[in-house]
Amino acid sequence: MSDTVSGLLTIAVLVAALAVVHVPLGTWMARVFTDTKHWRIERIVYRLVRVDPGSEQRWVTYAVAVIGFSVVGIVLLLAMILLQGVLPFARGAAMNVDTALNTAVSFVTNTNWQSYAGESGVSPLVQTVGLTVQNFVSPAVGLAVAVALVRGLVRSSGSELGNFWVDLVRGLFRVIVPIALIGAVVLLLGGVIQNLTAPTTVTTLSGGHQVVQGGLVASQEAIKELGTNGGGYFNANSAHPFENPNPLTNLVEIFLLLVIPFSLPRTYGVMAGDRRQGWTVLGFMTTLWVLMLTVVTWSEVHAASGPLGGMEGKELRFGVWPSALFATSTTATSTGAVNSMHESFSALGGGGALFNMMLGELSPGGVGTGLYSALLVAILTVFLAGLMVGRTPELLGKQIGRREITLTALAVLVMPTLVLAFTGIGMVAPLVSSQMLATGPHGLTEVMYAYTSAANNNGSAFAGFSADTPYTNLTLALCMFLGRFAPIVLVLALAGSLVTQRRRPVTAGTLPTHTPTFIGLFVGVAVIVGGLTFFPALALGPLAEALS
Amino acid sequence: MNSTLNAFVKQSWAGLRAMLVFTVLFGLLYPAIVWGVGQVVARDQSTGSLVSVDGTVVGSSLVGQQWTGAQWFWGRPSASAYSGDTSGGSNLSGSALSEEVAKRASAVGLDPTSAPADALTASGSGLDPDISPAYAESQVARVAGARGLPVQQVADLVAAHTKGRVAGFLGEPRVNVLELNLALDRLVASRPG
Repeated sequence: MSDTVSGLLTIAVLVAALAVVHVPLGTWMARVFTDTKHWRIERIVYRLVRVDPGSEQRWVTYAVAVIGFSVVGIVLLLAMILLQGVLPFARGAAMNVDTALNTAVSFVTNTNWQSYAGESGVSPLVQTVGLTVQNFVSPAVGLAVAVALVRGLVRSSGSELGNFWVDLVRGLFRVIVPIALIGAVVLLLGGVIQNLTAPTTVTTLSGGHQVVQGGLVASQEAIKELGTNGGGYFNANSAHPFENPNPLTNLVEIFLLLVIPFSLPRTYGVMAGDRRQGWTVLGFMTTLWVLMLTVVTWSEVHAASGPLGGMEGKELRFGVWPSALFATSTTATSTGAVNSMHESFSALGGGGALFNMMLGELSPGGVGTGLYSALLVAILTVFLAGLMVGRTPELLGKQIGRREITLTALAVLVMPTLVLAFTGIGMVAPLVSSQMLATGPHGLTEVMYAYTSAANNNGSAFAGFSADTPYTNLTLALCMFLGRFAPIVLVLALAGSLVTQRRRPVTAGTLPTHTPTFIGLFVGVAVIVGGLTFFPALALGPLAEALS
Repeated sequence: MNSTLNAFVKQSWAGLRAMLVFTVLFGLLYPAIVWGVGQVVARDQSTGSLVSVDGTVVGSSLVGQQWTGAQWFWGRPSASAYSGDTSGGSNLSGSALSEEVAKRASAVGLDPTSAPADALTASGSGLDPDISPAYAESQVARVAGARGLPVQQVADLVAAHTKGRVAGFLGEPRVNVLELNLALDRLVASRPG
């Protein structure tokens, strides 16, 4: 069997598995977030947390709860990392204050950018009791915000968006935890380690010495992918054999990182009472994913015809196709886990991963963040289409007026502003030139990749860039924080504005948002907005490299 | 504004209590459950698929090692020399990569224009346990000579240790270097005389 057939079959199996699972999972999530009953364990949690699950929140309270919860998360994680030396299981792990702040913000914002190496930077205690916990709760926050926006679109009375604590707890107990448990056991069976042993030095067959790592990896690996987190237990992330031992675990990990984001359009359709609306968003996400997969795979396969086979930075057990598939999926979501080193990809392969993030991680995006980011683009699309044909722009019968489009535009502009400003400052000042591994266009791409990854809460890297300096740690942390919470507040404000409107009836003058034509416009707007914003920067980076 | 601040304080206290509950559930209980399941259903995997010779652990079948000496099959180049306490790739590209590849080729005495790609490229982890069947086959004559074994016998050993794609289509055909070298040692030990 040729690599091409093998690669295409791998993609086919992945797509088939997602196609089968997204329907029941999407429908289930819609039920979870509209259920009027609470599970017993959830009631216990509400009692412990002392919140009233029966009360609902307006957008300001909802947003305040999101920010409060996340700020507490950052403070706790930062304290745990700074104190790791005196806590149990320290094992010599140490981190500077700026690295620790970067790491705390990184894991709470679902970015999982790592300025440290997992083997030496954090203790097993922090890995398990600190980082793993954020790997659970940060995607649940994204999920809650997405559900709040959908409620803003589909509710036609009242001004409340739901209760953040209820959405958070239900997302965890009814969606994320059960799948994470199954995923962890599957990965265990595949060879991912789960032990309490300290790293031990062994004498190898040919007489050398090697450290064999230990740790509670399987439990962290499953939620790392499922929660579109991406922070590796080890420095090499999902390229490390103890995180991703074989081609089957590799496929399982790609499935896990895509499954919730690709199921959420269904949830949206069911909650909207019009499944066609969900198909539209799914069609949009899938089209973009296939487009970017084609670009990255084509470029990597093309490079593989050279004498190095495109294998620098890739694991032999995966090969070129599954590495391109992983790279595309991890940058199409907010995951940022890697099974191969993106910096050693071909110019357009690495550039494709970069552009995937620059699109705003829409195909299908992170857990929750993907759906709300896609809905922002949908609102932009109905607005532009409305201008073109002279109709009142509306989505699900909600009018997109001045306030709505202003909030949408601001939310969309946060990320490009952060990326271009900080890349520009870093290059021109020049504050980061000594940290670059490569020179020329590839060096620019390294820096641009870092800020794009941070502002999009992705976390993958062109890892040759030495990011562990105070300036980079702090600016990247700022990008992660603003890239996460500025859009969240704007999205919730938008939801708060939409929820007070009654849904208008469909008339002959309504632009239908469930047709293939609309999907075409939808994709077009995403590509044009991302393309126009970043083309000049891309021309100096990956495009210049590809042409030279 | 004042009410927003009050709400922030109130919600943050709830957030603190929630984080404590979640830390117990997801930071302690969840990993413990997965660990317990591993002890019952996947004991060998959860400890790291360790390989022992005469009761002494010599490594993990999942993790590649540094091989020195003509009598061993060699693995791929590694950015971390297979040390195990750090992992990662070279992150090189372009001309810097070409220069590095030339060094790697001369270190193992290979012609960079004709050698198998995996013999010249470092993996993403620096711990790749596998090599391609082509790279293994290209080492057969050297290893057989150093071990005083018939070439055909070593070639047969490589063939026996070549794994196809998983389920016929997933991943690449490959040879696990540690397992191959262990089999080689056993072969030598079992030879009469």
